[in-house]
Amino acid sequence: MQIPAWKRILTWVLCVAALVFAAPNAFYPRVEKHNDAVAALAKGAPETPELLADKALWPDWLPSDIVNLGLDLRGGAHLLAEVRVQDVYKARMQGYWPELRKALQAERATVGGVRKAPSPDDELRVTIENPEGMAKAVEVAEGLSTPVISLTGAGQRDLDVTSDGTTLILKLTDVEKAATDDRTIQQSLEIVRRRVDEVGTREPTIQRQGANRILIQVPGIGSAAELKALIGTTAKLTFHPVIKRTTNGNELAGPGNLLVQSIDEQGVFYVLEETPVVTGEELVDARPDFDQNGAPAVAFRFDPSGARKFGDYTAENVGQLFAIVLDNEVISAPQIRTHIAGGSGIITGSFSVEEATNLAVLLRAGALPAEMTFLEERTVGPELGQDSIDAGKIAAAVGYTAVILYMIASYGLFGVLASVALAINMAMIFAIFSLIGSTLTLPGIAAVVLTMGMAVDANVLIFERIREELRGGKGPTRAIELGFEKALSAIVDSNITTLIGGVILFFLGSGPVKGFAVALSVGIITSVITAVFVTRLFVVTWYGWKRPKTIIV
Amino acid sequence: MAFRLKLVPDNTKIDFFKAARLTFGGSLLVLTISILLPFFTGLNFGIDFRGGTTIRTESTAPVDVGAYRQALAPLNLGDVSIAQVFDPTFDENQHVAQIRIQAQGDEEAITPEVIEKIEGALTAIDPEMTFPSVESVGPKVSGELIKSAVIAVLAATAAICVYVWLRFEWQFAVGALVALIHDVMITVGIFALFQIKFDLTIIAALLTILGYSINDTVVVFDRLRENLMKYKTMPLRDVMNLTVNETLSRTLMTSGTTLLALISLLIFGGDVIRGFVFAITFGVLIGTYSSIYVAKNIVLMLGVKRDWSKPTDEGGPKGEQLYTAK
Repeated sequence: MQIPAWKRILTWVLCVAALVFAAPNAFYPRVEKHNDAVAALAKGAPETPELLADKALWPDWLPSDIVNLGLDLRGGAHLLAEVRVQDVYKARMQGYWPELRKALQAERATVGGVRKAPSPDDELRVTIENPEGMAKAVEVAEGLSTPVISLTGAGQRDLDVTSDGTTLILKLTDVEKAATDDRTIQQSLEIVRRRVDEVGTREPTIQRQGANRILIQVPGIGSAAELKALIGTTAKLTFHPVIKRTTNGNELAGPGNLLVQSIDEQGVFYVLEETPVVTGEELVDARPDFDQNGAPAVAFRFDPSGARKFGDYTAENVGQLFAIVLDNEVISAPQIRTHIAGGSGIITGSFSVEEATNLAVLLRAGALPAEMTFLEERTVGPELGQDSIDAGKIAAAVGYTAVILYMIASYGLFGVLASVALAINMAMIFAIFSLIGSTLTLPGIAAVVLTMGMAVDANVLIFERIREELRGGKGPTRAIELGFEKALSAIVDSNITTLIGGVILFFLGSGPVKGFAVALSVGIITSVITAVFVTRLFVVTWYGWKRPKTIIV
Repeated sequence: MAFRLKLVPDNTKIDFFKAARLTFGGSLLVLTISILLPFFTGLNFGIDFRGGTTIRTESTAPVDVGAYRQALAPLNLGDVSIAQVFDPTFDENQHVAQIRIQAQGDEEAITPEVIEKIEGALTAIDPEMTFPSVESVGPKVSGELIKSAVIAVLAATAAICVYVWLRFEWQFAVGALVALIHDVMITVGIFALFQIKFDLTIIAALLTILGYSINDTVVVFDRLRENLMKYKTMPLRDVMNLTVNETLSRTLMTSGTTLLALISLLIFGGDVIRGFVFAITFGVLIGTYSSIYVAKNIVLMLGVKRDWSKPTDEGGPKGEQLYTAK
């Protein structure tokens, strides 16, 4: 019964490493403060005495990774949002209209007059005057389509052009829709991330889920409603040509036009062209400023393509009104005095300084490309989380005590060895959780407590086996050897089946349940490792030291 | 000899098939009832599975269900259920209630405006009241959650059976499968009988039960396989009895430690996870029972290959042959 020296050393190193890496969790609040201070300093925060004091709470040379606490333990808000990706199709198809009109007008001789027809969101329907000119119209429209740039859609185009009598139909292809959806989600993720980051809470989780969903978890925020308000604040800025100003709220805007209320002039409405000249997406900068009269305003600058469109439009329409629309309300509708080159301008309205500042922030962060609907929301208060942690701690302590008393009563000294191994097992679970940055949830705590009960199973299998071999007349050395060897297949088989359950749970579960799956799976793996290597090392070391003639298990 | 706590004497010779009619027959009966029961009483699905909102209230003033109901009535929220929560871990003047409200739309979770109204109506009658947790699941997600929960349980069962089939023989896999269905369905039956809230965490509990129950069964099977190689001529029934007697001490010991840990959680772990812990505790009990009384009965009925000493085409138990030379 010998264990090779390298294996002994490795096992001892493993035990010590488990204890060292689990240790920071025993001093959770201190280490957390230390980590926050270190993170703040790394970001370039000034070295205030408070920050330095916090940093000194935990020595730098010790490991400082700690277990992430889930929302149900720390408190915070959880949202599952679905992005209405189809919203983008509409804007996209609307965007083709000016270009298409221009191209078709060039072919007026064959095509005749063109008019936009009512269209579903993902289509642009245009009626033409001369049905004979349809072939030409289709050809022109096809000229607008471009190849799709995506891995799966290589070689395909983004527009599908068909005709039906005098109607020309432009439709997004499925490949293009998929590519658009992907961009929409990416953009939404980025904007949500930026907005959540502005509040500066600890470790928010912002993840894509499935094709069109976003999971947002923010620890420490008061409620899901607050989080919704934060990310749901849209700032959709568009610049439209004004057709007319009216005081009639029921005025028929006509096809392709919009009736929009003015934000500060009571009872004033504007009839606008639906297709904007430029949108906020083409903004590169927005900051609070003052106009020539000293009133708060927002200064903005367009990117080159926005600047060109803006410049062209202002050059062609001097003297016309031009509406600045924010979230479907006209902020102001100034007259274009001159050609505005360079792509920068100023939005004036009756803002307060604070409003101007907020508007600038919102404009900078950009608008969500599509609306979000919230499918799931959960808020957990920090007190309830703390109660759960406390309850979990007590349950774990009582459970651990009961299990080791029972083990010692049943197996004497071997029970003591198994109890020490169990403590190391617990340390390993926390060490692994800290190192891989996994999240501990309330069901996760339950899994850890459950693991306590189940982890000793491997030891029980071994000890029972040793007992049997002793009863069968084997000497102590042989009995211990056989006990470990023969129990191995049962240990491995039984734990792999449990692990299968854990892994499946991990892939199909969400939130707290996922936390449970991780804790259970990690617990199973560490319990096999402790039983097979650590307990064995303990038993062999004890046996080699005492050399008893007989053993009682 | 030093003192040892022993649940099971050293050399038991219990005939576990003696009362097979009672135990196995009883199991089948209870299983059948458990499968049918949810169709009559229904399961008390939590918001995870049917959509809706739960609000936990906490106050220093005692819970008054009637007053809460009256306060919420003008809001026209549809089906509202209010239950007081009791827990030994609460402080003396900590009064907790759980309010459940049916889903308000077709897809989305509840809106912040509605939550605000509800919280406003409740704080109007009890200004001390706080809302430690608000959870809302839209019907769209809850439908999907049911689907993925069912898939999870089925996939786990299938994967475990395939593993048992690869490591043992198909008869063992069938035995394990029946034992798993037995354990999971009876647990579900208990939830239907007592109308305990059945939500996503209970699915996690069911999967844990699957894992635990199969763990137990596999240990028995592992020893059975070993004994089948050792005693080639002993009748299958006797080999099985011997096996269960040999592993009985371990089976009860492991269940014992697991139950100790679980009972500690059940008492001290707080009310938030009580249903979940209860499911696992019950599952451990029934899983222990089924590995002694259910799984091997199926294997006995199906019969099993007796000569394990030659390598099998399924790549059988290679490691075991080392120990068969006796």
